Amino acid sequence: MSEMKDMILESAVKIFEKYSTKEVVNDAEKGQWAAELWENLEAYGMLGVGVPEELGGSGGDLDDALSILQMAGKYSAPIPLAETFIANWLLSDLGESVVEGIVTIPGQNSTEPFQLQKSGQGWIINGKAKYVPWARNAEKLLVAGESIDGTVLLVLPLEKAEIKPGKNMAGEARDEVIFDQVYIEECQTVSVDYSALTKKLYYAGALTRSVLMAGAIERVLDVTINHTNERSQFGRPIHRFQAIQHHLAALAGETAGAGIAAKYAVDAFGTNPFSKELAYAKIRINEAAGKVNTIAHQVLAAIGFTYEHTLHHSTRRLWSWREEFGTESDWEQVITEELLKLEKNELWSVITGVVKHAKKVGIQ
Amino acid sequence: MKTLEIPVVKLPKETEELRREIRQFLKEEIENGLIETKCDCWLSGFSEDFSRKMGARGWIGMTWPKKYGGGERSSVERYVVTEEMLAAGAPVSGHWIADRQTGPLLLKYGTEEQKQFFLPRIAKGECYFAIGLSEPNAGSDLAALQARAVKVDKGWILNGSKIWTSGAHHAHYSIVLCRTTPMDPNNRHAGMSQLIVDLNAPGVTIRPIHLMTGEHHFNEVFFEDVFVPDGMVVGTLGNGWAQGMAELAYERSGPERILSTFPLLNELTNVLIEKCDAKGLNEVSRLISRLWTLRNMSLGIARLLEEGVPSNIIASLVKDMGTQFEQEIPEITRLLVSVIPLTDSENRLERFLAQSILQSPGFTLRGGTTEILRGIVAKGVINQ
Ligand SMILES: Cc1cc2nc3c(=O)[nH]c(=O)nc-3n(C[C@H](O)[C@H](O)[C@H](O)COP(=O)(O)OP(=O)(O)OC[C@H]3O[C@@H](n4cnc5c(N)ncnc54)[C@H](O)[C@@H]3O)c2cc1C
Repeated sequence: MSEMKDMILESAVKIFEKYSTKEVVNDAEKGQWAAELWENLEAYGMLGVGVPEELGGSGGDLDDALSILQMAGKYSAPIPLAETFIANWLLSDLGESVVEGIVTIPGQNSTEPFQLQKSGQGWIINGKAKYVPWARNAEKLLVAGESIDGTVLLVLPLEKAEIKPGKNMAGEARDEVIFDQVYIEECQTVSVDYSALTKKLYYAGALTRSVLMAGAIERVLDVTINHTNERSQFGRPIHRFQAIQHHLAALAGETAGAGIAAKYAVDAFGTNPFSKELAYAKIRINEAAGKVNTIAHQVLAAIGFTYEHTLHHSTRRLWSWREEFGTESDWEQVITEELLKLEKNELWSVITGVVKHAKKVGIQ
Repeated sequence: MKTLEIPVVKLPKETEELRREIRQFLKEEIENGLIETKCDCWLSGFSEDFSRKMGARGWIGMTWPKKYGGGERSSVERYVVTEEMLAAGAPVSGHWIADRQTGPLLLKYGTEEQKQFFLPRIAKGECYFAIGLSEPNAGSDLAALQARAVKVDKGWILNGSKIWTSGAHHAHYSIVLCRTTPMDPNNRHAGMSQLIVDLNAPGVTIRPIHLMTGEHHFNEVFFEDVFVPDGMVVGTLGNGWAQGMAELAYERSGPERILSTFPLLNELTNVLIEKCDAKGLNEVSRLISRLWTLRNMSLGIARLLEEGVPSNIIASLVKDMGTQFEQEIPEITRLLVSVIPLTDSENRLERFLAQSILQSPGFTLRGGTTEILRGIVAKGVINQ
């Protein structure tokens, strides 16, 4: 780990500790925007990490941005940090400057492109996106659009959009955004290939969820270990019971597994945004999330089932995030397509990454 | 192995008629918008009106003597009613505890006055009970409980608190397990008694504890110098632990330990059939086979309980297996269909999936945790 990275991470953790507290997370669920958290991340340049300075970013590499995101997951930060990161990466990949302010992207792969019609100086926009993270708080939405000139990447201001509030199982805002004949004076458009854009959003979405989840799982392990020290029954701390020790060991295993999966996925993303390692990671971390939640709730028992306790900040997010940007089944299909191209006895090559038929096997 | 032997129960022909009657009733209630299907309905579905209607139809206290408002029906018929209600996800939580365990407890240990006063009210679906066992420092280690009652003229003065009390905010009474003689560290189970506490009595305070979903199911109940008349002691003074433990077999082997997420399984099946998803339905078939086995085990234990055969070990075993099953249904479902579970969704599958996931931690905790149950089962089979 670079010294630079250490420093960035340290400041990020300080911000999360101070501004992503239990109260802030609970209030966010009730609809209160975590303004101070966002503003501080912005003030410290955290939102632009991973984007070159000449494009309006704060420098550093993707790896740095993703370690900040992992901490956001650990602290249940109720903000569209992943979405803003993704939007800015996409723009900077296209040589465009980053967007100021809070940007979000659709949380569902099935979003149809928005329709643009030139009208005078501006555009008439029509379109609908469901399940958009924090749309009610975001200033801009990045989506695919279609105009007579072809497919574009669109950065739409959200002031004039109709927003129907919704939420995921963690109470995080997942709103519906509707543009019904909305006239917009100015919006950023960049020509892109529709399917490439959708795929990019989906893969980047999965990676950011994997990283957030790895962070949340770390937190669950911490909380669970603490509880087994503090809670006594039958005259001893419950970690003295072998059944609890087995739970802790299994939980530790899932945490370590999720952590390494996230690390390799981050690394792979830097060189190939469509790496199969992103799929492996989402599958493995989704699986870990289910196990981790079951164990933690079992060990914390009744107290962990209450709103008062903070365990649910992490566990409800894990339950929600594992469905976002692909379940295990969804990503398994991606891998399966590659496997179907294999010849006999090629499985080992897939795992080692050294393949005989490089032209056929797209696994990195 | 004797401990693991469960009788085969053939459901008599009459129960088919009963089932049809219940289904017709439920269909009308749902179609008229009076009730809504919900997962985990026996804990989270509450309707005074519905409980009263069930009472009027003779579906509460079904097996109890007629002179106490019961129907003198068989335990198998009662079983049919409870499982039909659970399968439909009907709002049965109001009367559930009173019907399941308070009634049988009073029939076995209650005084004539207690039986005459409480049982007809319970059977009408108008009188609900809450379980007053757990305390902040006495969860799995229930014998650590500290609530205590001190003898006064004509009754007892109760002090202390109970926690995680499901439905205390709706219930009229709670059976409170407390110490009527100070704790003896060498015999912690001695000197406990069961008191019927009027939850509206002076000195009782009920504070909601919200679940992680924000819903209000359980409570903390405080007793501050609450006067409990002598006539409200259940059974033998000092025998509370043994009496309470006997209740557990009723608590642990019923269909509610198997069917909490059945509405989800049903909806999943609907969706897979509609999509002609044979691979998905293969998975469902495996779940059905497990459900079939569990249901037959549970039915057999209902028979054993009726015959008075001690069934604590096998009941614990069924609760463990049944609650694992309930917990796995949402986990399996989400991999068969690509939907996002949402609590407020109009779509039944999305809604039931969210309900099941968010309620599932409770399944393997309430009524004794998996770890405790497995200890009981292991000891039971070793001591054979
Ligand atoms: C939804 C719900 C409804 C409930 N309703 C009621 C109610 O109506 N009335 C009521 O009285 N109570 C109720 N309870 C409380 C329930 O009975 C307790 O949660 C349960 O007994 C466990 O106690 P605890 O939560 O204090 O966990 P703890 O006892 O603190 O257990 C924590 C963990 O340690 C494990 N553990 C403890 N001791 C051992 C051991 N010796 N060996 C191995 N592992 C051990 C447990 O299995 C658990 O995993 C309810 C609970 C829930 C979740």
